[in-house]
Amino acid sequence: MTDVKSGPAPSAPDIPTGRSRRVRGRPQLYTSYAQDMALLDTPAKRVSTGLLVVLALALSVVLADRSLEVLAGAYVLAIGAIGLNIVTGYAGQVSLGHAFFVAIGAYTAAALSGPPGGDVIGFGVAEIWIWLPAAGLVAAVAGVLVAPLATRLRGLYLAIVTLGLVFLGEHVFKEWKALTGGPGVGREAAVPQLFGYRLDEDGPLGTREQVLYLLMLVLLVVFAVAARNLARSRVGRAFAAIRDRDIAAAVMGVPLTRFKVLAFGISSCYAGCAGALLYSVSGYVEPGSFNLLLSVQFIAMVLIGGVATVSGAIAGALFISLLQPLTRALPSLLPVVSADTTQTPNVFQVETVLYGLLIVLFLVFEPRGLFGLWVRARNYWKSWPFSY
Amino acid sequence: MAVVNTGPAAPVLRVQDVHLSFAGVQAIGGVTFEVGPAELLAIIGPNGAGKTSIFNVLSGVYRPQRGRVTFLGEDLLARRPPEIAALGLARTFQNVELFHNLTVLDNLMLGRHHHFRYGALAAVVWYGRARRAELAARARVEEIIDFLELEPWRRHPVRLLPYGVQKRVELGRALAMEPRLLLLDEPVAGMNLEETEDMARFVLDIRDELGIPMVLVEHDMGLVMDLADRVLVLDFGRPVALGAPAEVQRDPEVIKAYLGGAA
Repeated sequence: MTDVKSGPAPSAPDIPTGRSRRVRGRPQLYTSYAQDMALLDTPAKRVSTGLLVVLALALSVVLADRSLEVLAGAYVLAIGAIGLNIVTGYAGQVSLGHAFFVAIGAYTAAALSGPPGGDVIGFGVAEIWIWLPAAGLVAAVAGVLVAPLATRLRGLYLAIVTLGLVFLGEHVFKEWKALTGGPGVGREAAVPQLFGYRLDEDGPLGTREQVLYLLMLVLLVVFAVAARNLARSRVGRAFAAIRDRDIAAAVMGVPLTRFKVLAFGISSCYAGCAGALLYSVSGYVEPGSFNLLLSVQFIAMVLIGGVATVSGAIAGALFISLLQPLTRALPSLLPVVSADTTQTPNVFQVETVLYGLLIVLFLVFEPRGLFGLWVRARNYWKSWPFSY
Repeated sequence: MAVVNTGPAAPVLRVQDVHLSFAGVQAIGGVTFEVGPAELLAIIGPNGAGKTSIFNVLSGVYRPQRGRVTFLGEDLLARRPPEIAALGLARTFQNVELFHNLTVLDNLMLGRHHHFRYGALAAVVWYGRARRAELAARARVEEIIDFLELEPWRRHPVRLLPYGVQKRVELGRALAMEPRLLLLDEPVAGMNLEETEDMARFVLDIRDELGIPMVLVEHDMGLVMDLADRVLVLDFGRPVALGAPAEVQRDPEVIKAYLGGAA
């Protein structure tokens, strides 16, 4: 609204960018570009973000342990969804291979933290600050290796190739029993340990679920802020430029190959970290879980939440994760739906159909997803009681 | 062909005998011209004469089969589009090629892409290098917003803007690159009289205040004859005439290219 620039700052050698001041009674008066470019640029955003964080912290005390475990899983999935949103939402490179990178992260972390000399590979490094970055790094390397495909293919062709990646990975993880324990057996997931203190056991900080919940909440905030920073930097702008008009982006000075590779690398890093954390909540990794359905779940989170928005990806992840306890309760309500995978129709089939249906409905009625619904509601109340 | 004095300084851009064809169809057949410092050269010709193809050769999108292109002493033909942009060659497009989901501000900031030096890690951390660079870039971009009178649309996604404003944003994005040479591909195509006059004023301001040499492709003859220092006329990819606007207008070859041969 009010975009008033201050006079030239005498100390600045270059063009002045303004001195930040707060004028009482004029919360939206910006006197510097720093104020104008801040992530939380209005009082409303600062207050609502603060309230959300307080609410999320309060939930750890209020909710039952079972619900906290579901929410902790949802936060981890949100990290993965933000990762997919970086490559698919911001950079516009459709990837169905997200489950593959999640798996790489999960197994890197599990192998690092597992006990040495057991049935499966283990190095006995249980410190989270070692295995989490390692999982992200290994997955990022895998992403960078796959990325050259994206520089040759686009749109549906890229989607098909990344789809192939999931099936390749699924096969390898089922067969490589030394690493994964094999189908039906699985292996112990990464153990979150911080400076010798086990985070997945009841302790002085609270119950196991409370500690894990708080850990995932902190990590989600860190990853989300990092993604927002990336999105508003030259890197995020270059991603969006490649998505909107790749040839124009190249002519404006954006090297396409380098930034597509970067997008895949960062996205896979997020996926790897999410994979490492996801199974430390349940404590157990099963090689069959990294299938197409997991990739589709991530796509659903991004599309339902909101393409190319960080808050949308988080909302989508929460939406999908909180949907699951509801669908899992279906067999007790509807006897037609079975909880057994060998029967038809079973819960998992219902879930798959539901994801597809939700994606279709959102694409038709609100392509911007939950984020778009929020924008609509906000705009309605901005001008209320007038229509515009 | 008349030779016009382009001043004592060396030319910014030198195009020598460029040939470009697509599977036997000749798009450019032996075009040669130079652009002097602070000169405004117009390229005109009937549809399909190869005007935009020349721009695509200059910005590295097409690779000609023969010829030489040097820009500030550097060979352009061996380089890819991003490297050519980094050398300081900016362009606008005939059909608006903006990043339509980004705001006006972000489109202009993207024009400064190759001026930034920080990497992805600094971007994630934000505080420090990335923030300083972004703030400095913002101050530069605001000067262009001021120059092109884009203030009312700063925060609007460009896809929602009127066509005439989009054309102006595209010019702004090219200016944000701080170019040493500006290629304008039909900057007033499809514009009404007021929008055309506004654009003409901006083009003159760019030449006089910023001193950036320009190559202009345009079908609006009134604009070309008023603005251009020299005019290059093409027909079916071949140069027909090169000279001051008044001379070119009288050239019988040019009249033939536009109105057809005398029966």
